Amino acid sequence: MESILHITTLHYLVLGAALFLLGVIGVLTRRNVVIVLMSIELILNAVNLNLVAFSRMWGGLHGQIFAIFIITDAAAEAAVGLGILIAFFRNKETVNIDEVNLLKW
Amino acid sequence: MAPVATPFFFYLFAAIMVIGGVMVITRKNPVHSALALIVALLAQASIYLMLYAPFVAGVQIILYAGGIMVLFLFVIMLVSIDRSIRERQFNSQWVVGLIAATALGGLLIAVYTKGTNIFPEHALSVVENDNTQQVATMLYGQYMFPFEIASLLLLVAIIGAVVMAKKRI
Repeated sequence: MESILHITTLHYLVLGAALFLLGVIGVLTRRNVVIVLMSIELILNAVNLNLVAFSRMWGGLHGQIFAIFIITDAAAEAAVGLGILIAFFRNKETVNIDEVNLLKW
Repeated sequence: MAPVATPFFFYLFAAIMVIGGVMVITRKNPVHSALALIVALLAQASIYLMLYAPFVAGVQIILYAGGIMVLFLFVIMLVSIDRSIRERQFNSQWVVGLIAATALGGLLIAVYTKGTNIFPEHALSVVENDNTQQVATMLYGQYMFPFEIASLLLLVAIIGAVVMAKKRI
């Protein structure tokens, strides 16, 4: 009961792990590219949560700076990924990731 | 300042985040997934506030829930989702994917149960005021070079996105 009511870093880490696993499941099982990209956002958010929790744990701000950089990366990744998605949709008229097989041998 | 009702709000926002994540990966319609993801991101901003990171929480709301998700919704609007909604939603290797994710989850559980003594029990005292000022001082001082790299990365991403999405360059 004490460990449930007293929120420690481990609680945040477990929450981050749960989000990370949800993102991994989404990336590995979904066929819609848009939802795969959203699952990648979930994964990045789980990492961010861990970083901010560790930042709180060690009493510094380095983790928060890292989280801001990762948010920047997520913005870049979303812009490029969605650009690729639009180019792909223009060529193949689908958003199904199983049909992304142009480079498959 | 003593936090008020921390466990209750932690579990509330954690539940909202996990339910939002489950909705993201199970909905048929990508618009519903995007809305669930926005809810999860806002709950995560609240969790950042609980961790005394108000600047990251603000960035999360403005940039993630406001910027990136609008980008997602625009792209969902541009591509036709009628066909993908009627199709099968999960690919043929979903069993393998679930097994891999379960293995990863087992690994994480093992690490967290075996390694609890690595983490200190109580949170260290962190400076709770002037968070934004301190983040800015570090960002423009110690992290100047990565900051410039990040701006370069954003420039490259903008150019790349335009090149990808434009029909004829």
